[in-house]
Amino acid sequence: MISWTAVYVLWLREIKRFSRARSRVLGSLAMPIFFMVSLGLGLNQVALPGLERNIGYLSFLVPGIIGMSLLFSSAFAGLSVLWDKEFGFLKEIMVAPVNRLSIVIGRVTGGTSIVIFQAIIILLFSFFLGFKFPGLFFLGLAFIFMILISLTFLGLGLIFASLMKDMQGFSLVMNFVIFPLFLLSGALYPIRNLPTSIRFLAYFDPLTYGVDGLRWSLLQMSSFPWILDLSFMVLFSLIMLGLGAFLFERQEST
Amino acid sequence: MEAIRVEDLTKHFEGIVAVNQIRFEVKQGELFGLLGPNGAGKTTTINLLATLLKPTSGRAWVAGYDILTERNQVRRSIGIVFQDPALDVKLTGRENLEFHAMMYGYSKAERQIKIKEVLKLVDLEDKADLLVEKYSGGMKRRLEIARGLIHEPKVLFLDEPTLGLDAQTRRKIWEYIKKLNQEKKVTIILTTHYLEEADYLCQKVAIMDRGVIIAMDEPQKLKDMLGGDILSFELENNYYSGRWQEKLKNLPWVKSFSWENNSFSLTTELGERRIPEIMEMARQEGLAIKSVHLHKPSLEDVYLYFTGRKIRDEDGILETRNQRAKRLSWRR
Ligand SMILES: Nc1ncnc2c1ncn2[C@@H]1O[C@H](COP(=O)(O)OP(=O)(O)OP(=O)(O)O)[C@@H](O)[C@H]1O
Ligand SMILES: [Mg+2]
Repeated sequence: MISWTAVYVLWLREIKRFSRARSRVLGSLAMPIFFMVSLGLGLNQVALPGLERNIGYLSFLVPGIIGMSLLFSSAFAGLSVLWDKEFGFLKEIMVAPVNRLSIVIGRVTGGTSIVIFQAIIILLFSFFLGFKFPGLFFLGLAFIFMILISLTFLGLGLIFASLMKDMQGFSLVMNFVIFPLFLLSGALYPIRNLPTSIRFLAYFDPLTYGVDGLRWSLLQMSSFPWILDLSFMVLFSLIMLGLGAFLFERQEST
Repeated sequence: MEAIRVEDLTKHFEGIVAVNQIRFEVKQGELFGLLGPNGAGKTTTINLLATLLKPTSGRAWVAGYDILTERNQVRRSIGIVFQDPALDVKLTGRENLEFHAMMYGYSKAERQIKIKEVLKLVDLEDKADLLVEKYSGGMKRRLEIARGLIHEPKVLFLDEPTLGLDAQTRRKIWEYIKKLNQEKKVTIILTTHYLEEADYLCQKVAIMDRGVIIAMDEPQKLKDMLGGDILSFELENNYYSGRWQEKLKNLPWVKSFSWENNSFSLTTELGERRIPEIMEMARQEGLAIKSVHLHKPSLEDVYLYFTGRKIRDEDGILETRNQRAKRLSWRR
C-alpha cells in the first residue's frame, strides 16, 4: 500500500535540497543555455542536410536541448540515491515503516518536479531567443513528452544507483551511458544523417523517441509518427521505472 | 512472546563470516547489551534485525514478526540509532526530525510536542534551525539520538549511541534510555564500547567476538563467574613463610591465592568483610601491612576474561596461552 505521506515527505525533501543548492540550480541551467546560444545562434544560418528549409537550426535545436537537460538532470536525480548511500541517509529512509514503492514514487515525483521546472525555464529562454510559441495544445503534448523522458531516465539512474555500492560509479555511468545516449538521440542533428550502423543503435535509445516527440510537439516536424514516439516513451518509462523500483527494493542498504 | 528471537542467524560478506550462527532471545521490556571488540559483528546483527541486510541463513523474529517475510511489520515495530551518521546534512536539524516524525505518521500537533521534547533532551533547541552540515560531530550524534527517540517503538536498537559524547550528555541520555525502558516498556538492544554504560543500563549482556556469542547473562552473574573480589595486601618488608601461606590458602572462603615478594592477593566473595580477619591474622604473625586494595570485578574484567583483549584495541593484544585456554573453556 502506498503511503502518500511518505511520498510527500520525500518529494518535499528533494524540493528543499534543490532550492538550497544554488550552484546546482545555476549549473543545471547554464549548460543547456550555453549550448542553445552558441550552437543555436552560431549555426542558425547553416543549412543542415535533412532539415527542412524553413526551419532554422536554432528551432531544430531547442527540443534537443530540452531533451538533453531532461536526460542529464533526471539521470542525476536518479543517481543521487548514491549520495544518500554515501551519507548514510538511505538507511534512515530504508528502515522507515513505508513500502519501497512509496519511497521510489516520492523520489521520482521530487526529481521530476525539479527537472520539469528546469525544462520550463529553458523553454522560456528559447522564446526569448526567437523560438516560436507552438500553441497551447502542442505545449501540453510537449509537457507529456517531457514528463515521460524525465521518468525514463530517473528510472535508469535508479537502476544504476541500486546496482552500485558507492559514488565511484557515478562518473562512469555519466560518461559511458548518459553521454552516448545524448549523442545518439538526434538532439543535435537529424539521426537520418548518421551511418546506418550507428542509426540502428539510435533506435534503441529512448531519448531518440523523446526528442522526436518533443520536436513534433514544438515544431510539428518529426522522423516518426508522434503516436509511435508516445507509445515508445510510455513503454520505456514503465520498463525503466519498474526495473528501477524492483532493484531499489532488492538492494541491501548499509 | 519474546521481543526478539534469533535462531542460527548467519551473514557472510564476500568471504567474511560477519555473524556466525548466533542464537539468543530478548524478553519483552528487557534492556539488552551487545558487547564485543571491533568487527565482532554487532552492527551486522543489528542491521539484520532491522531488515537492512538479508541473512545468509538462519531466522529471526522481531516483535513477533519474521525479518524475512514480514519486513514491513518489523519496520513498523522498531526504532534505530545507527552507529554511522545517517542524517541529511542539507536539511536543518528540525527538518530532519520533522521528516522522521512524518514518516512515522505523526500529526502536526503531535510532531511539535515530540520534537520540542527530544530537542530539549539533547540540548539542541537553539541549533534546531541550523543546517546539519554546520553541526559539530557531537551535535550530530545528539540529533540522531533525538530522532531515534521521537517515535516510541516496541523495540529500539541503539548502536553505540553515546559514542563521542561528553560525560554530561552521556549521563542524560542514559537516564532517558532507562526511563524509556522502565516507563514505556520499550525493549532496547544496545551496543557499546563503554562497559560502565552496559553495566549501568543493561539487564542482560551478550559478549560477541568474531561473529559468535561467547557469553551471555546478567552482568552480575557474569562477574560472579570470575570467582569474586580480589583482595591485595602490600607488605612493609619482604617476607616468606611457607606455613603461613598454607594457612591462608586453606581458609575455607579463599578461592585462589598468590604470593609475591612483598605482596599477596586472594580471591573471595564479599572481600570487604574479610579484610579485618586477614589483618588480625597478619598481626598475630607479626607482619606489617602497608596497604590493602579491594577490587570488585567489573564488566571490564568479564570482558577481558572472555575476549582476552581490551575493548579498545583494534586487533587485540596477543593473548597469553593461559587467557586463551580460559576463554576457550568458557566457550564450551
Ligand atoms: N557491507 C559490508 N561488506 C563487507 N564486509 C562487511 C560489511 N559490513 C561489515 N563487514 C565486515 O563484517 C565484520 C563485522 O562488522 P560489524 O560492523 O558488524 O562489526 P562491529 O561489531 O559492529 O564492530 P565495531 O565495534 O567496530 O562497530 C567485519 O569484519 C567487517 O569488516
Ligand atoms: Mg558496529
